[in-house]
Amino acid sequence: MRLLPFIASAIVTVGLVAVLNTQLTVGVSKTPKLGYFLSPQHGFWKNAEKVNTNFDASIVANELKGNVDVYLDDRLVPHIYADHDEDAYFVQGYLHAKFRLWQMDFQTRVASGRLSEIAGADKLSIDRFFRRLGMVYGAEKTEASINATNPEMKATVDAYTAGVNAYIKQLDPADMPFEFKLMNYAPEKWTPAKTYLFLMFMSYDLTGRSATTDLQLTNTRDYLGYDLFDKLYTNNQDSLDPIIPKGTVYQKPSIVPVKPAKADSAYLHQNNAVAYTNVQSPEAPDKNNGSNNWAVSGTKTKSGRPILCSDPHLGLNMPSLWYEVQITTPTHSTYGASFPGSPAVIIGFNDSLAWGVTNAGRDVLDFYEIKFKDSSENEYWYNGKWNTVTKRTEVIKVKDSADVVEQIPMTHWGPAMYDAHYQNPQSKGRNLAIQWTAHNSSTGVETFYRLNRAKNYDDYIKAISLWTCPGQNFVLATKSGDIAIKQQGSFVARWEHQGDFIMPGDDSTYAWQGIIPNEENPTIKNPARGFVSSANQKSTDASYPYYLGTASSFPLYRGISVNKHLIGMSNITAEDMQALQTNNDNVFAATARPALMKYLQVDKLSTDAKRMVTEMTNWDLNNGVHSKGITVFKIVWDSVTHAVWGDELAGSPIPLTKPDDFVVLDQMLKDSNWSIADDIRTKDKVENFKDQVTLGVENATKKLLELEKENKIEWALFKETRVMHLTKTPALSRLNLPIGGGVNIINATTEMHGPSWRMVVHLTDEIEAYGLYPGGQSGNPGSAYYDTFVDSWAAGKYYRLLFLAKEKLMQHERTKWHIQFKKANA
Amino acid sequence: MKFITTLLLAALMAYAIGMYTSMPWWSFAITNLIVAIAIPQKPFISFLSGALAVGLLWASLTIIVDQANHHILATKVATILPLKGSYVLLILVTSIVGALVGGLASLTGSFLRLAKA
Repeated sequence: MRLLPFIASAIVTVGLVAVLNTQLTVGVSKTPKLGYFLSPQHGFWKNAEKVNTNFDASIVANELKGNVDVYLDDRLVPHIYADHDEDAYFVQGYLHAKFRLWQMDFQTRVASGRLSEIAGADKLSIDRFFRRLGMVYGAEKTEASINATNPEMKATVDAYTAGVNAYIKQLDPADMPFEFKLMNYAPEKWTPAKTYLFLMFMSYDLTGRSATTDLQLTNTRDYLGYDLFDKLYTNNQDSLDPIIPKGTVYQKPSIVPVKPAKADSAYLHQNNAVAYTNVQSPEAPDKNNGSNNWAVSGTKTKSGRPILCSDPHLGLNMPSLWYEVQITTPTHSTYGASFPGSPAVIIGFNDSLAWGVTNAGRDVLDFYEIKFKDSSENEYWYNGKWNTVTKRTEVIKVKDSADVVEQIPMTHWGPAMYDAHYQNPQSKGRNLAIQWTAHNSSTGVETFYRLNRAKNYDDYIKAISLWTCPGQNFVLATKSGDIAIKQQGSFVARWEHQGDFIMPGDDSTYAWQGIIPNEENPTIKNPARGFVSSANQKSTDASYPYYLGTASSFPLYRGISVNKHLIGMSNITAEDMQALQTNNDNVFAATARPALMKYLQVDKLSTDAKRMVTEMTNWDLNNGVHSKGITVFKIVWDSVTHAVWGDELAGSPIPLTKPDDFVVLDQMLKDSNWSIADDIRTKDKVENFKDQVTLGVENATKKLLELEKENKIEWALFKETRVMHLTKTPALSRLNLPIGGGVNIINATTEMHGPSWRMVVHLTDEIEAYGLYPGGQSGNPGSAYYDTFVDSWAAGKYYRLLFLAKEKLMQHERTKWHIQFKKANA
Repeated sequence: MKFITTLLLAALMAYAIGMYTSMPWWSFAITNLIVAIAIPQKPFISFLSGALAVGLLWASLTIIVDQANHHILATKVATILPLKGSYVLLILVTSIVGALVGGLASLTGSFLRLAKA
């Protein structure tokens, strides 16, 4: 009887297969199914792309109206030549999927609160946040509106969707992108809703900070009291150099928002003390989500033709948010950076003009405090009576666990994001409804669709007039010689401080009193100074008749730096513009360093501190890769400002808003005895800037000595700029990049954030364009094209972009491969 | 001779079932089992031939892919797993996993054959 060894062996074999076919838990993360993952015929090895892959292909698709030719250049940029517009978007969808499918899936999962479905209960707090913020709600409204009223855009998005799905349909599961295998899930069909969710996420990334900052500012105001708050968070920016030059005269406003009669006591000076709870929400969008763009007119260039530059500053991720593409059809020929997830080119140029965007930074999201009648949350108090809510149901699927159902009370303001069922430390037990322009249906896709086809200034104005959220500064330069910039979006006509804090939700006088008409949005065309520019600063000076929002939303110094350089330049070439985009001058330090030195009592310093001060004073005010002076300056400055206001904020149990650097600097320049400088914890002594600067330098020295020991005092080594994979897996990321720049610098590269697509377009007869982003055209970590551009990007180099007619491109030496899309034979 | 035949047959079948079907990654365990039942060998010899069949198959497949890929992905995966970023170790681990499952499946087949005999 030999059955026993058989049974034992069978059990061991099946057991081993079962273990290798299970995701094991290691620490907080889960392994892939190891047997599957390692299998050379199924797992990750299938994604190890040949370095010399031939990308030639021939694809037959039923959905096409005609044939389409795609030529891939040596950087793997596709040049799409189609006879029909819809075919071009079909192919764009197909190529996005071919090279970026996992990222498209993942980003829309984040946006729609569906991470738990693949990653388990760990991600539930992030999913709940996005569901309750109304991300799905907003995307649904956009989809419904486009389906009902906009057949052209519906056809465009449908064609794009069909292209993505044509790729998914032919995809062998063994060839699906690496990350699906790593995280153990599979691609699902694309839908138009996913495109709108992706665009909704961009609205969140660029305007959703208020969802966090409004609460934090309210809590900071509550903690400090309004009078002290007003000193530390002033809206006066003495050194502002606005987008529209100072002194511009604005027409009379068509809306004059009226501040509610009791707003001073019932709103501004309101003081709430409510309980704290402890739930995590995702990190707020980066404060530095901003950008630079500018255009110089022919009067300032060597060629006599305009040059346009655009570099959006966003989180630096791999695969990149951007994917380069040329789209050429009988109606238009356009090149630029596109979003995997959306049709058309987002920032780019065509054969008549170029455009770029920066974030407007205007406040378009407010919270209203709601009083529910009872715990059923079916009725809330409004204008002296009970209003009923409808409940929006959102079901969150959770891997290996039961569904979580959100019942969100929908008020006339918008979703009651925070209620008895959902709180975080900053919401402090309040019921809060959210009103956000991103919840209104958006025509964002159409703006880009029209810009791709625009021929002149009028087309540009028409295209951007459709833009609602997130508000952007659209810059323009045309071959015919026009330059312009317009801040466009649905901007709320606010009375001063309206919506800076949580507003009373029971009183209609706190409601938005209108959206500013497009014609009154800040615009400038062909100004005398020969350039237009924006760098997220306030768009206008105080003579503009509408309230722009809190000053902390508007970085000050990058704009000053851009304008200072542009004013001084003439005979400009495309190379000069590249140098300016990657410029590392620190205009903030140029003012702040002498201010520090004015107060510093050098004779009181230790020997080490004196050495550090020498390093700082010898610094050339340039945030270069190897600079030590900037590291010293930064740590000294942070240490000094913390000494100035840290005591005021120290007692709070939750993090409060950090006062802006410009507030402290402006005071240093004009008032040596600013009351905030006093350390309120020392009762027997009144400190002033002299004391705090000296103390700050001494404190900074301790940190700097440690950095010296760790060999991290050089700026790039200290800053540790990295381009992180969307899963935050270090092995799939590019770490420790040798790049300078920083906050307040035109080259706005910080730790994980910076110029995400640098573009310079010279509008000569045959367009001369340069650009790159920190990533690569392929999203596959196993491809040689995964991180192609990262090193050049860090080094400040550019690629000449190939923008050519089909016949020329086919024969170009840099053209490598041909993908033919053929209409199926009927 | 029998050893070589079973080894080659098992390797061939493991390759074919992975290449031409959409069966799960562990289906080579079934082909190994069948080969071990069809061609009787002593249990240990059967284990060895089954293990070598899949182990060598997986090693060759991964080495070919990895060479053509200039170790780009293997280096990354060997950092995640973690194998200190060594593509050699990763190929080794991959081959051992295949070999273990393959060998055990063949062993089971051989025992089954003996039990029936």
